[in-house]
Amino acid sequence: MMYAVLCYNNEEMVCGWTKEQDDAVMAQLSNVHDKWERAGKLKPSIRLLPTSAATTLHKQKDMIFDGPYAETKEALLGFYIIDVTGLGEGLAFARELAAANPGGAYELRPIQLYLPGAPINGAYASTREYAVDKAAAE
Amino acid sequence: MTDQVWIEATLTSSRAQAVAALLRYFRNLDIAEEAYQEACLRALRNWTSKGPPRDPVAWLIMVGRNATLDNKRKTSRVVAMPDEAQISDLEDVETPMAERLDDSQYRDDVLRLLFVCCHPDLPATQQIPLALRIVSGLSVKQIARAFLLSETAMEQRITRAKAKIAEAGVPFETPGQVERTERLAVVMQMIYLVFNEGYSAGPKDDTRADLAEEAIRLGRLLLRMFPAEPEAMGLLALMLLQHARQAARFDANGEAVLMEDQDRELWRPKLIQEGIALIDKAMRHQRTGVYLVQAAIAALHTRASRFADTDWAGIDALYATLERLQPSPVVTLNRAVAVSKTKGPQAALDMIEPLGERLSSYFHYHGAKGGLLLMLDRRREARESFDRAIALANTAAEAAHIRMHIDRLIAESETSACA
Repeated sequence: MMYAVLCYNNEEMVCGWTKEQDDAVMAQLSNVHDKWERAGKLKPSIRLLPTSAATTLHKQKDMIFDGPYAETKEALLGFYIIDVTGLGEGLAFARELAAANPGGAYELRPIQLYLPGAPINGAYASTREYAVDKAAAE
Repeated sequence: MTDQVWIEATLTSSRAQAVAALLRYFRNLDIAEEAYQEACLRALRNWTSKGPPRDPVAWLIMVGRNATLDNKRKTSRVVAMPDEAQISDLEDVETPMAERLDDSQYRDDVLRLLFVCCHPDLPATQQIPLALRIVSGLSVKQIARAFLLSETAMEQRITRAKAKIAEAGVPFETPGQVERTERLAVVMQMIYLVFNEGYSAGPKDDTRADLAEEAIRLGRLLLRMFPAEPEAMGLLALMLLQHARQAARFDANGEAVLMEDQDRELWRPKLIQEGIALIDKAMRHQRTGVYLVQAAIAALHTRASRFADTDWAGIDALYATLERLQPSPVVTLNRAVAVSKTKGPQAALDMIEPLGERLSSYFHYHGAKGGLLLMLDRRREARESFDRAIALANTAAEAAHIRMHIDRLIAESETSACA
């Protein structure tokens, strides 16, 4: 079974850490990361930039808001990782997704740290079959 | 992380909001501060044994308020309020408190607290210490050390500032939109002043250098209160991008290292990424402001992986925008540096020479002019400019940097005299 472990903490406090404090916490965490990655169990992990760097696209209204997605009625269902030129291209991607799957919102949060982790094998590594290619072949 | 460290970090990050709300209750800075201190003392006792409350800020406000009212009651023999050991377990007591203080309430409270500290009646020399004392909670001793003053002198300065504010009257009504925007501008300026105190400190001056981080913390606080304000994004981005270069700005001997010679490996990528992400967000608003433009200039510097790759034409264009938004000889002087890269030293010198009168006592003017004259091989005039610059240096690092140029000029003239 694969799980996503979502990290929560008081952002105001974490952002207030000095570089030394932050480095110390990251060093302690990396001991845990290393152990689980060597066992092949830790897959990619990500540290996000603060919510102040977030932008939210409300899908149905196509409205853009500064800040994180604040509604509590909706639950986090999943996430994408994209490598784009900036917020503009990120929003373009989110809009295409919105057209394919309306309702709810996409929150775009810049990634501060990306660790690739152990390779993903087995059932979760679905063989790629691009919908675009399939459509072209037909 | 130990409980103790967690508690202290929580108290630090809760301070501004808690003191701000207490100021609204008591309408007096001293009482608000004392109430908060009392709440902190009780938090240290209470949270260690009972664990942290669900909403630390609401807990601190409520306990601070009750403890203060309680003291008043004791002197007038009225029945005491329930103590906080019970409160922290009673969700139903805590909940309405947290709900009543919704985000917009916190926002106006915190803005008021910050605004009070930069009251227009106060000179900047009092604004910054007062904000550091009240909003950031630094001790008078720490602030005194940062400003190279005796503790007594700093204590007096802060007391005078508080007295002046009490006289002037604190605005307690909820601000209208126009007023909110005006307050925001004044507060942003104060935060940037705090940052510059830290930024301009030398490498061996840790106490003052910490002020840069404190200003960044205040900038984050402000942006959390005004998440859609592009200038608040710009201000935070500007501070992050400048602070990102901190470790590269001085060499082992404490001398200032020019951007040109900085080891870019020492720049902090996390801060740069955050700064750039904020600029990216702010740009979407299509409303240019002075902090955003300055942040964009800093971003162009950090985006170049080598100094030679710097987009000087872009920087020149951004300074032109800044000149339009905020005409000032200092901005023109900075623009001239970019112009010297794109159009050569003569064009830059032509730009700054008319500023001579207004910037006659400005260190950077004479330093930059000396540099341009040196590039044009006008050594005698360059030496004159450097001599004036060194006499005007604000920090040891600035003086050391100019000294290096002068020493080189002297050495070269001696070599040519011998030849």
